[in-house]
Order: sequence, then C-alpha cells, then structure tokens
Amino acid sequence: MKTIKALGIVIATIVLSAFTMVGDGYKVGDYATDFKLKNVDGKMVSLADFDSAKGFIVVFTCNSCPYSKMYEDRIIALDKKYKSKGFPVVAINPNDPNASPKDSYDLMIKRADDKGFTFPYLFDDGQEIYPQYGATKTPHVFILDKEKKGLRVAYIGAIDDSARDASSVGIKYVEEAVEALIDGKDIPNTSTRAIGCTIKK
Amino acid sequence: MKNIVFYLLVLLLVSCKNETTKVGSKESNLTIKTLNFEQLEPYLHRNDDKTYVVNFWATWCKPCVEELSAFEKLYDNYKDKDVEVLLVSLDFKKDVETRLMPFIKKHDLQPEVILLDDVKENVWIPKVDETWSGVIPATLIYNKEKRSFYEQSFNYEQLINEVQQFLN
Repeated sequence: MKTIKALGIVIATIVLSAFTMVGDGYKVGDYATDFKLKNVDGKMVSLADFDSAKGFIVVFTCNSCPYSKMYEDRIIALDKKYKSKGFPVVAINPNDPNASPKDSYDLMIKRADDKGFTFPYLFDDGQEIYPQYGATKTPHVFILDKEKKGLRVAYIGAIDDSARDASSVGIKYVEEAVEALIDGKDIPNTSTRAIGCTIKK
Repeated sequence: MKNIVFYLLVLLLVSCKNETTKVGSKESNLTIKTLNFEQLEPYLHRNDDKTYVVNFWATWCKPCVEELSAFEKLYDNYKDKDVEVLLVSLDFKKDVETRLMPFIKKHDLQPEVILLDDVKENVWIPKVDETWSGVIPATLIYNKEKRSFYEQSFNYEQLINEVQQFLN
C-alpha cells in the first residue's frame, strides 16, 4: 500500500512538473513576480519602488527588433498618458547581448537617450525574469493590476491591432485594458497576438 | 469634399491590395505577389497529394534568414517528392523594392516568396495556428491528412525529420 502511495506521489510530481515546464510563464489571472533589474540610469529598479502605482504596463522590448522600434513612440505615449493615472510603463530588454550585440546595456542607454524614454528601461541581465513572465518575443506586454494579494496579470499581448501602421490602428488593446482597470470594469480583450522578434538567447 | 477624398483614398488602398511588384531589368523578371490574409488562406489549405512547407519569415528577422538555407535545400532535394516550399514574407510593404527584392536576388532564392501584407495580426495569427504567439520564424507543414505548426527555428536535419513524417 505504501509503495502504491509513494508511486502515486512520484507520478503526480512528474505530471505536475511536466505541466509547469510546458505551460511556463503567466496566464491572465496569475500573480507576477517582482524583480530587481538595472535601469539605463545605473540604478536598480523594482516594482515595489512605485508606492503610488495602481499597476504597471510591463513591456518586454529591445533596441534591435523592427517591431519594437515601430512601437517606441506609442510606448512613450502610453507612459505619458497613464503614469499620472497610476499605471506607469516599465520596459525590460530580455535579449542576451552576446546573441544580439545591438541590445547591449550601453546601447540601451543610447537608445533611451535618443528617443527620450520617459520610463525605466531595464536590462534582464542573466535572462531570469522574461521566462518567469513567459515573454516569447519583443514587443510583448504584460499589464499588472496591484491587489492586496499581489500583482495580478490582467492582460498579455500586443499594444494595439496595427503594429505596422500607427495610423490604421482600430483597437488600442493596452489603453482599453488600462482604462477598464481604472474604471473597475472587465477588460474586453485580455490576450491578443502580434508578430514579434524572438527573444535572443 | 473631405468624404470624397477619404473614399478615393480607401479605394486606392483597396485596389493596391492584390498587386504584383515587378522590379529590375527585363531578364531578371522577378515578381512578388502581395496578398492580405484572406487571399493567402487558400495557400494554407490546399487539398491535393502534395505536402506543403510554409515558412513565415522576414529579411529583418535574423534567425529567419539563418534558417532559409535549410528551406532552400529542402526545396532542391524534395521537389521531385511532391513537397512544395512557400516562403511567406512579413517584410514591410515599403521595403519590398529596397530590401526584399534585392535579398531574393542576392541569395537567388528559388522557392516562391509571397508578401503577406495584413495589419490585423491578432485576427490572422490564430487562423494560421491557434498556438502561434506571433514569433517568427514559424513554419507550417501540412498535407491533406496531417498538419503541424512549429514556432521554432530549423536546421536542415530537423526539417527533413519533420517533413519525412508527412511523406510516409
């Protein structure tokens, strides 16, 4: 009997670990981890530092991906619009500069300066944070809603429905989601998809 | 008046949708079909005896460019085995003549290249495959009996391994 129980536990452990391996990364409704990553100003940044924030627009993005570049101005606009309403942008570069030299920390500093980023642009040094979130590409957005229990993942996906052409955007997914959180309403689209660049490992 | 201008613009845009871009000298005669997703969809659901390998790529995507030689080799070695290779480019429309065409010429790409020009990615990505997050490179292999989608890079051996499963 004992052996059967033990076997059961072993099997359950294997099955569970298989699931966590396959379904790695957050789903909408999960609680997200905080982190401590180096910003382009040299300081370490954690989400816990933002006392007055009601949530966050976490954007995995980089210097080199054309899709990321097409969205830079729109990401700045999001930060300008929602920082004062309690939802600042926090950008994270998940790429390994050894695999993608254009995404080095020094070039991040340059890019943030050239574009006038109004938000932290953090370096996922060692690539420990993006796999926990389950980011697969750049750009990839995770909207977090601050609750008593922690940072609930409220939205995963694209910034809007027209990456290639800012002038033909129909639905601004991130704005729609943040507005819904501010108003205490349900988010119409909690996950969306767009083309993006692979995260370089 | 504003309305008329708007409608004319829309009309112009719509009429541009299914165009074919030609470039270069007479002898090269390179053309690239530009399709929206609705127009591309039949290429993803052909129902004959062939096996289709559809690779989504772009000249700006480094891992895509790196794996292209595997798809070319597949095209060369399997064209007599009822395997068709289609390269669906996600390059930007404005780059077709300045980047995509020169790239195809420089690398002498033999498989057919189609430009997918459709901004509504959230609509068409899941129609290619429900599991696709939108990362490229990505590859669809299908025939009338079997269908698999791969959000990954391939080398030639890996690609042949997968394709063989469709041929046996």
